[in-house]
Amino acid sequence: MRARLQAVLATAALVLAGSALAQDSTMDEIAKYREMLADGNPAELFELKGEALWKKARGPKNASLEQCDMGLGPGKLDGAYAQLPRYFPDTRKVMDVESRLVHCMVSLQGFKEEDVTRQWFSRPGKESDIEALVTYIGAKSNGMKIDVPARHPEEARMAKVGEYIFYRRSGPQDFSCSICHGQNDKRIRLQDLGNLTTQAGAGVAMSTWPSYRVSQGAMWTMQRRLIDCMRQARWPEPKYLSDSVIALQVYLQKNASGTVMQTPGIKR
Amino acid sequence: MADPMKIRASAKDGITEVKVLMSHEMETGQRKDSSGNLVPAHFITELSAEHNGKQVLAAQFGTAVSKNPYLAFKFKGGAKGDKLAVSWMDNKGEKRTDEVAIN
Amino acid sequence: MNMQRREALKAGGGLGLFGLLAAAGLITPSQARAEWNKSAFDAKTIEETLKALGATGAQSSTDIQITAPDIAENGAVVPVGVVSALAGVEVIALLIEKNPNPLAASFTLPAGTEASVQTRVKMGQTSDVIAVVKVGGKFIMTKKEIKVTLGGCGG
Ligand code: HEC
Repeated sequence: MRARLQAVLATAALVLAGSALAQDSTMDEIAKYREMLADGNPAELFELKGEALWKKARGPKNASLEQCDMGLGPGKLDGAYAQLPRYFPDTRKVMDVESRLVHCMVSLQGFKEEDVTRQWFSRPGKESDIEALVTYIGAKSNGMKIDVPARHPEEARMAKVGEYIFYRRSGPQDFSCSICHGQNDKRIRLQDLGNLTTQAGAGVAMSTWPSYRVSQGAMWTMQRRLIDCMRQARWPEPKYLSDSVIALQVYLQKNASGTVMQTPGIKR
Repeated sequence: MADPMKIRASAKDGITEVKVLMSHEMETGQRKDSSGNLVPAHFITELSAEHNGKQVLAAQFGTAVSKNPYLAFKFKGGAKGDKLAVSWMDNKGEKRTDEVAIN
Repeated sequence: MNMQRREALKAGGGLGLFGLLAAAGLITPSQARAEWNKSAFDAKTIEETLKALGATGAQSSTDIQITAPDIAENGAVVPVGVVSALAGVEVIALLIEKNPNPLAASFTLPAGTEASVQTRVKMGQTSDVIAVVKVGGKFIMTKKEIKVTLGGCGG
């Protein structure tokens, strides 16, 4: 793994140094590959499962999640994901889809936070309820525009924090998000790295999550995507649902605002 | 119990197109878990699709079919509202049947 | 589906899927197909596989097309389809030459089912993908190379 990472970093350095790769026909075939996968995205299985979990009475309080308020009122899911993260007066916190979902599982269903978050991402043979639920909630925003203006003072503050983290160089490699994601037309191997500081780049990236990762055979949520990028940047990995991860999402969703959601996505 | 399949069946110009996603690990039997033990093979072996009770496809899978298998096929006939059922069984004898109305 | 069928499906442990479906009245016994073809799925070479499928000597043909990208971004999921304009196709089998066991899947098409199937397979490396088709009691085949770029890291 380590050697592999080194190799990737070396490749990254090369690509970032600006070597334009003549890979256009390859990219065409890869586009064809992705197109063939998009019709029949296994994410739909998780969406189905998430819907059943949402509606089923569970937990110590034997309640469903149907009264969960994802920001638009109890039970109102249409378009909710596209407007997250947002400030919630009841918790006095800016929350993303995952922290809000966990809040509902704890407050409505009576689960313990450590129990519901233990399997926050799946491993082979170990399914994650959170992944399925987030896929279902996300799908309810398919076709809607991302809309995170970050006007509330707390949201504006989190957007600033997110921006700060995005540009801040740290860790043993002195990496920042912006090194990989702050310029146009960058690529690591065959992966296009969008410029997340622009509406177009952030839009492409943010509108297609949560996403089925073909390489993992699993759904990935935005928390998992970002925490994994922090690991790739060789930063200390934050805890699940950390404010730093939520702040990055506010910053990125704000940049992406106006882009139409195409979720669930499917990615390499 | 196995999770539900996602089945889409749509009739157009006398042909019904069926697309099925199945929720299954499709373990090859060659992967090692984190403690280095081989994870036993676990995969769908047989599948059958019926339109109003008449078989329209039979399939046999090996371990090389991808995790969360996808299958698409077409048959002549089928009208909106007809029943289309898909059943699978795996090498451990687990099975699942789901049914949809053609649209 | 009614309860009786469900019970029958549950009860039918050793019958195999098609015996089971027949027992449940979902298909008629004449439609019930052969058991899972273990020798074909266990075969390690193309020749062995063809033999186990009863397809030894299958002639190469341009009447079958494999629809797949030339390059797969990830070998864990490679979309592959097989289509043919020939009438009366009875069986379509999908083989991946360089996999440890080449046979990935086989499809039996009752009359009325089009010769057009699509699925997704795992490929350990760049390899020829071979489609073997039984039509009018004879076997024919075609192949296409698919390159696999196992996209390394990038989490
Ligand atoms: C070493 C380079 C590197 C660094 C540093 C890095 N990333 Fe990434 N990031 C990647 C790669 C590679 C991908 C996956 C691209 C792919 O597989 O298509 C990715 C994917 C993403 C995506 C999803 C993009 C999409 O189109 O779906 C987001 C969002 C993201 N990163 C945000 C961040 C943030 C925020 C940081 C800083 C905490 C960061 N990344 C740091 C390399 C990096």
